[in-house]
Amino acid sequence: MSTAFTSIHAGPVPTVPARQSVAGRTMLATLALALVFGLAARVVELRPLELVRDIGNVGVFLKGYLNPSFGNVGEYAWQCVVTMCIALWGTVLALVVSVPLGLLGARNLSPHPLVYFAARRVMDVLRAVNEFVFALMFVTAVGLGPFAGMLALGIHTGGILGKLLSETIESVDPGQVEGVAAVGAGRLHVIAFGVVPQVLPNFLSYVLLRFESDIRSASVIGMVGGGGIGFYLWDTIRSFRDGEAATVILLIVAMVMCIDVVSARVRRAAI
Amino acid sequence: MVADRSPAVTLDAVTKTFPGKTVPALVDLSATIEPGQFVAVIGKSGAGKTTLLRCLSRAALVTSGTIRFDRTDLAALRGAALRAHRARVGMIYQQFNLVRRLPVIDNVLIGRLAQLHGFARWAALARHFDASQRAIAFRCLDHVGLVDRVWQRTDTLSGGEQQRVAIAKILAQEPTVVLADEPVASLDLSNGRLVMQTLRRVASAVGITVIATLHHVEHARNYADRILGLKAGRLVFDGPASQLTDAALFEIFGEFLTEPARRAESERLGELAAS
Repeated sequence: MSTAFTSIHAGPVPTVPARQSVAGRTMLATLALALVFGLAARVVELRPLELVRDIGNVGVFLKGYLNPSFGNVGEYAWQCVVTMCIALWGTVLALVVSVPLGLLGARNLSPHPLVYFAARRVMDVLRAVNEFVFALMFVTAVGLGPFAGMLALGIHTGGILGKLLSETIESVDPGQVEGVAAVGAGRLHVIAFGVVPQVLPNFLSYVLLRFESDIRSASVIGMVGGGGIGFYLWDTIRSFRDGEAATVILLIVAMVMCIDVVSARVRRAAI
Repeated sequence: MVADRSPAVTLDAVTKTFPGKTVPALVDLSATIEPGQFVAVIGKSGAGKTTLLRCLSRAALVTSGTIRFDRTDLAALRGAALRAHRARVGMIYQQFNLVRRLPVIDNVLIGRLAQLHGFARWAALARHFDASQRAIAFRCLDHVGLVDRVWQRTDTLSGGEQQRVAIAKILAQEPTVVLADEPVASLDLSNGRLVMQTLRRVASAVGITVIATLHHVEHARNYADRILGLKAGRLVFDGPASQLTDAALFEIFGEFLTEPARRAESERLGELAAS
């Protein structure tokens, strides 16, 4: 088909500058990735055929769970409420921990590279140490129970939210920040007017996401004495009371679903 | 030379009122734009220039009246027909709207997307284009004088260069009408001139219709065959640049824009005061 543009599209191709070849680099990267994934498959003993062959055993295991027994359902439901309360206050503690760390750990806000470095490393430690380890640690101070679990969750989640906050702050539009700083505003004013409005919607979304995942963490942290439904999950499974374990699992699933619905509402209302 | 496919663009009593607003953005606008015309739309901010362009690109629907490209009523377009309309309309934006992180060549090849068929369409998902498509992109870039920048990341180019990449993208797209919304408003005077010259040159070369909103009257005078003046959504001027007198500009902008006109006005006011 000939159009008015044929005069431009057809004809000799102009001299085009040579393109830096990336083929070699791409090939090398592909090989390296294939090697890493191959080794990782060996390490995790990836044997899909065995899964297919012995999938029936899973059915045998699940059979015991098909008859949930609701004898202690009241106690379990109450423990679900305890779990939610742990997650709720754990998230509050996480906010208290993450906001200062996130501000200091954002390259574009940090007062000094050393402060930036220190804040980042503290957040690394909080994230790297599992909430279960924190729970064991706090149990020695405040004894068994939900308070220890809440402290553990809050500290660990604080590290995660702090990292997410500082990454979000680093990706703000610098023009809007400059517009506030240009009037001679102080550092906190620049943050309040130039950074916070840009960061808030994303951060709120992260906080809700972490709250949902804290609910799941809180429902197992009881295994190490952190209170909540986790203790009963662990106890019923370990003593082969399959029917009761099934009840606990059902309750946890229902709770996670409820929280998901609620947090979706909050997100829509707030963002 | 007139492009073999450029349609006549007919506006018939077009009125556009945005939902929730009482004052219409466009009022009873009628005009016929002949194939191959270079039309400048001028007027103050809020006069309805951008709304007019958005109605022409079918980004917005008119409230009453009709816009036709030849015999096709834009209001009737849906789905595939709407996409086909978009493929035939080339858009130039004030902020370029290029994909900044992609190399220049890819932004030009984006112009080819609607022209691809069969396997080439799928290959393009992996940003793969065959040699003939790339050759077209090279020639389009050469046409705007930027072939030496093909592999560079688009956001490393200056504003004027990016707008010329946008023009190369239009050339690759082969539209029948180009709509340019303030194409030079974010550029300095000399870059703006270069972009306007490029746009004018390629429009003349292929004989394609161009409708551009411009707030610099000088650009409109220098490059347009025909000028439409909008004031509060109404068409208050329609004619060639030669008829765009100081009085006509006063009608459109509500103030005297040129120095001699300003002087004459103050003298007239002085005489009035003296008498």
